[in-house]
Amino acid sequence: MIQPEMPIMEGPNCPLPISERGHIVIGHGSGGQMTHDLVRDVFQKRLANTILNTANDAAAIPATPPGKRLVVSTDAHIVSPLFFAGGDIGRLAVCGTVNDVAMLGAEPRYLTATFILEEGFSIEELERIVDSFAEACREAGVELVAADTKVTEKGKSDKLFISTTGFGWVESALQIGGEQAKPGDAVIISGAVGNHGIAVAEARGNLGFSSQVCSDTAPLNHMVKALLDADLDVHVLRDPTRGGLATTLVEIVRQSQISIELDEENIPIDKPVRKTCELLGLDPLYLANEGKLIVILPAEQAPAALRVLRGQKYGEGACVIGRVYESSRNQLWLKTAFGTTRVLEMLAGEMLPRIC
Amino acid sequence: MTGSLDKLRDASLTKAIMAEIRRITTQPWNIMEICGGQTHAIMQYGLDQLLPKEITLIHGPGCPVCVTSLEAIEQALQIAARPDVIFTTFGDMLRVPGNQADLFTARSQGADVRVVYSPLDSLKFARENPEKQVVFFAIGFETTAPTIASTILSAEKAGIENFSILPANVLVPPAMRAILSNPVNRVQGFLAAGHVCAVMGYHEYPPIAEQYRIPIVATGFEPVDLAAGILMTVQQLESGQHEVTNAYPRFVTREGNQTAQRMIAQVFEPVDRQWRGIGAIPLSGLGLRADYAAFNALNRFELSQTALRESPLCIAGQVLSGVAKPHDCPAFAKDCSPLHPLGAPMVSSEGACAAYYRYHRISE
Repeated sequence: MIQPEMPIMEGPNCPLPISERGHIVIGHGSGGQMTHDLVRDVFQKRLANTILNTANDAAAIPATPPGKRLVVSTDAHIVSPLFFAGGDIGRLAVCGTVNDVAMLGAEPRYLTATFILEEGFSIEELERIVDSFAEACREAGVELVAADTKVTEKGKSDKLFISTTGFGWVESALQIGGEQAKPGDAVIISGAVGNHGIAVAEARGNLGFSSQVCSDTAPLNHMVKALLDADLDVHVLRDPTRGGLATTLVEIVRQSQISIELDEENIPIDKPVRKTCELLGLDPLYLANEGKLIVILPAEQAPAALRVLRGQKYGEGACVIGRVYESSRNQLWLKTAFGTTRVLEMLAGEMLPRIC
Repeated sequence: MTGSLDKLRDASLTKAIMAEIRRITTQPWNIMEICGGQTHAIMQYGLDQLLPKEITLIHGPGCPVCVTSLEAIEQALQIAARPDVIFTTFGDMLRVPGNQADLFTARSQGADVRVVYSPLDSLKFARENPEKQVVFFAIGFETTAPTIASTILSAEKAGIENFSILPANVLVPPAMRAILSNPVNRVQGFLAAGHVCAVMGYHEYPPIAEQYRIPIVATGFEPVDLAAGILMTVQQLESGQHEVTNAYPRFVTREGNQTAQRMIAQVFEPVDRQWRGIGAIPLSGLGLRADYAAFNALNRFELSQTALRESPLCIAGQVLSGVAKPHDCPAFAKDCSPLHPLGAPMVSSEGACAAYYRYHRISE
């Protein structure tokens, strides 16, 4: 009811809501029309599949086939900045969880995801990230079957957090795990280590120069499947993410109660990573990876495993880097080029650059 | 760079030098590598395993984080806690324990503590945040001093008034004298720190070599550099000489980098300074000259005196002066680890305790 004496206002005025926005606003988390539109335009459009399309409160997924077990893994992904050379949080959120499921020798099938959005976050960036998320799902061969979005007030989160849960199936008879390494086994890495750690440090503006290093973020499940299809007696699969190769191998020596000796000269490290580490006083053995696979299996099967890995997209640089042996000390040893040895421990806290 | 580095890490060349050391060594010698970077390289490559058993390497006080006084860390914590301050520091300092807290704790409690690679980054923050006071924790040896001096000169020139430093730089030659004057000193030869010599040259060392009759060899950080430095020291020890020589000629000259030295001298002057675990050493620190006193954070902020409490278990002082090895400490790898350091040498990537912890070898 407009009073005739009211002044005429210029420009758009309430109560008509602005429907086109470039940024996340609190209304996107209301559960109402705005939420609905965001889910439809940003997520469903990119991630459509028959299960997700049912749009019910929960997803019904096919039963685990006979002779297989269900494998589940969950992971929250927080990375700053959201985009870095070689990847972004979307690709990372898929690959991180897919790889965790694959490390039991399982075939990842389904994902669920929660996207926590900060008020003010750019929708264009969100779309790019969901594109990348969808592309990684296609590459890994997994389907997003359930998802949720939440919006926090500005300052209560940081742009975008993504939490994903992965489901996969593994042959019931398969016993792969960090506790399965046996004396006489060979330790294989699928390629050069340290790239993700350097790429993210550079994206944070922490290097002060361009290292030319790209993150290795990648799904490893096809490589794992190829290894298992080759009938290899794989004992351990692990992706050395945070804490790097050294920390992951220390976990394995403790779980399996054995020792491992690494040959420093055989550990593949790309030149730009090595140079950057030299300059900053970082140790590449402790830098994160997001697309590398540690394989531990009987030494006599190592040549066959290398052949399989090197035939895969993400395994061209695979090589044997060490051996497992019996020992009560359960330590990770590094044999240097000088023939001397030293113990590698877990990364203590945050890796800090040296002073001079 | 990597090509020449490979040569400096050449295993057969290093082993050949080590064989020569074994050939000429006739009796036990204690040699101190001053710089923590050298300690880490020795441990990382296991060079001590290649030396004859007569040669003992003693690890020196050349870890800038380790020797920064508890008082300075307490001052840093007080300044960092102020809401109007952006406190900037080299990363290593974040984990060094003060009385109770470290800068990581301060940050988790809301202090704006930022890691920088250079004080010039701090100056950038000062420009970008004119409403804040930006303080740089000026630690390190003669190596970090030139950049800090140059930053202060830039701030002065640009009229940036919200930038200051907490001065805690220390100098190597007074520490060498302090070690040699210690009645329980065991050091018979020095590997002088290559980076410090690159800045300062080695013209300060002949009086020390003469007075204490001790060989001093400017030494680098790569395996071949270190092996060569040790060889040149042992040659002198075996022939009864006490000269100052240079095993790091690709970076070090007698006179050093004179531009850098002039900048240090323009901004700083030698002052007495506390070394953590060691005590006060006369004229062993760099304080701001009167002309630059306005850039001293201690003149800007009202700070309260706190009682200083060191861990009763930690023997960092003995480790830093070469009297004890890290594993002589009862707390080593038990109560004290990189995650829960009791003393600074367990914190820094250049600290001897951290080197032993990370690279310690237990023969199987």
